[in-house]
Amino acid sequence: MILQALTLTLRLAVTVSAILLVIGVPLAYWLAFSRRRWRFFVEALVSLPIVLPPTVLGFYLLVALGPVSPLGRWCQAITGHTLAFTFSGLVIGSVLYSLPFAVQPMATSFVAVDGKLLEASALLGASRWRTFWRILLPLGLPGVLTGFVLSFAHTLGEFGVVLMIGGNIPGATRTISILIFDQVEALDYAAADRTALLLLVLCFALLTALYGLRRHASLNLWEWK
Amino acid sequence: MNAPPAGDGSTDLSVRIRKSFRPRGRVDESFVLDIDFAVDRGFTILFGASGAGKTTLLDCIAGLQTPDQGRIGIGGSLLFDSASGLTLPVNRRPVGYLLQSLALFPHMTVQQNVQYGLHALTRSERDARCKEILESFRIAGLSQRHPAELSGGERQRAALARTLVLRPRALLLDEPLTALDAKVKSQIVADLRGWNERQRIPILYVTHQREEVFALGESVIALDAGRVVAQGTAHDVLHRPELETVAQLAGFENVFECAFVAAHAGQGTMTCRIAGSSVELEVPLSRIDQSRSLRVGIRAGDILLALSAPQGLSARNVFQGSIRALEQRDAMVVARIDCGGCTVEVHITPAARESLQLHEGGAVWLVVKTYSCQVWQGSGR
Repeated sequence: MILQALTLTLRLAVTVSAILLVIGVPLAYWLAFSRRRWRFFVEALVSLPIVLPPTVLGFYLLVALGPVSPLGRWCQAITGHTLAFTFSGLVIGSVLYSLPFAVQPMATSFVAVDGKLLEASALLGASRWRTFWRILLPLGLPGVLTGFVLSFAHTLGEFGVVLMIGGNIPGATRTISILIFDQVEALDYAAADRTALLLLVLCFALLTALYGLRRHASLNLWEWK
Repeated sequence: MNAPPAGDGSTDLSVRIRKSFRPRGRVDESFVLDIDFAVDRGFTILFGASGAGKTTLLDCIAGLQTPDQGRIGIGGSLLFDSASGLTLPVNRRPVGYLLQSLALFPHMTVQQNVQYGLHALTRSERDARCKEILESFRIAGLSQRHPAELSGGERQRAALARTLVLRPRALLLDEPLTALDAKVKSQIVADLRGWNERQRIPILYVTHQREEVFALGESVIALDAGRVVAQGTAHDVLHRPELETVAQLAGFENVFECAFVAAHAGQGTMTCRIAGSSVELEVPLSRIDQSRSLRVGIRAGDILLALSAPQGLSARNVFQGSIRALEQRDAMVVARIDCGGCTVEVHITPAARESLQLHEGGAVWLVVKTYSCQVWQGSGR
């Protein structure tokens, strides 16, 4: 049972952090360099999951993904079922919930790159695209790595959103944190203890790896070929 | 002005632009750059005081900033023409621009830096071009080093090589050699001249140092308050009496437009206020028209920094500010300090930065002696 929940949790975390890498980097780029007046609005929106209780986000998502909303009905028409209480629904919820943890370190590291280097790149004939890949991304890599790992770790430990939109279906939506909740409710404290310890060790190992890697990266990143 | 007529094909770089903008650190004042000149191949010194608009002019030619109107052309082709709505983007202008900070890419070797702009060529062509330029700037042996492992002069050479390897049709240099000692500087200039003998393109070299003008210049353009005030040989331009202020102002990193406040005849001083700020300076009493604005010049090396309000000093000017930027240029640290409406440039040694633990955002006190302030009549704007 633990193994099933663990595999599911890891699958969710990998999927979510991969998706966040793909949408987080362009979003962070936009937040770092856009001069649009409504940028602050997007910034606030992205940061919302940090302050909002997961139940609030989970509730809205449940309604939005359920059969009464246009989005839910559209999904039902295509796939035959709604997204609520499915693994896909869980991925959507987790992506939104972990978005700030991916985007903020990425945007911070992009802003920290010396603007003169970006100007120099353009002066040497490089397009924005080339400047991004050759200058901004390599120099902002520590922040991108941090965003990736933080979103992974954050998804591992997620509870509220998962419970709201995923429920508790073994193999589909029962993640480790849900399993612990389940075991405690069933008064099986010994099992809960084992599961909790597993998650604790996993998260700690991950963060240790992150900070170790980042220290290494900021010192030796430029040597990477 | 004895500039040759622009756009007849005989001149190589012609610039006629107008741009109004708000200078850094001044909130209430707008500055107008109104430039018209043309230069031939070879070295031309662009000379003017701090705040005369030199960097903005180069930014406009390179495409980092867009003028409000006018045209910029190299040889027969236009880079910018407001009449036809043409604005060539930065990365498509055949202009080499060496930024003051050099901006070498820290994560790349010298060779990778130099080849950065050559990505359209094949590998063997890239290698050949890179080898050739590194040899002509005498840094072939450093090609595998990173910028952090280079001396100031070597970094300079690497940045020049990176710009010139693209064979630009004009070269812009923004005070590139100010921080270097005279010997290294003259060697680099000699190599640059050698290169220019083979690649005959116009080179605009910006400086605010009078000595550099004489050391480098055949042809000089003097800029003051956003306008070209003279063009000619170094001797012509710097010895014209009406341009004396330009030449004198040019030695000062800080030039402030000020308003007269009060004279203290008994003490031989007078008080004036920096325009757009509440900072008042006590400066030597001088014969000026008090109803018009005046200019005060202070050398960046003449200003002391203190962490707390200093007491028992003979210096009359003590005011507070916060550090906006700290930038290391070789053996010198350039601090830009925000003093409520004006920005003051201060040069200190790296050791002083260490011992005061200066950091961006930190509060400092600035101390300026009355006799470190040089006063002239203002531009009358």
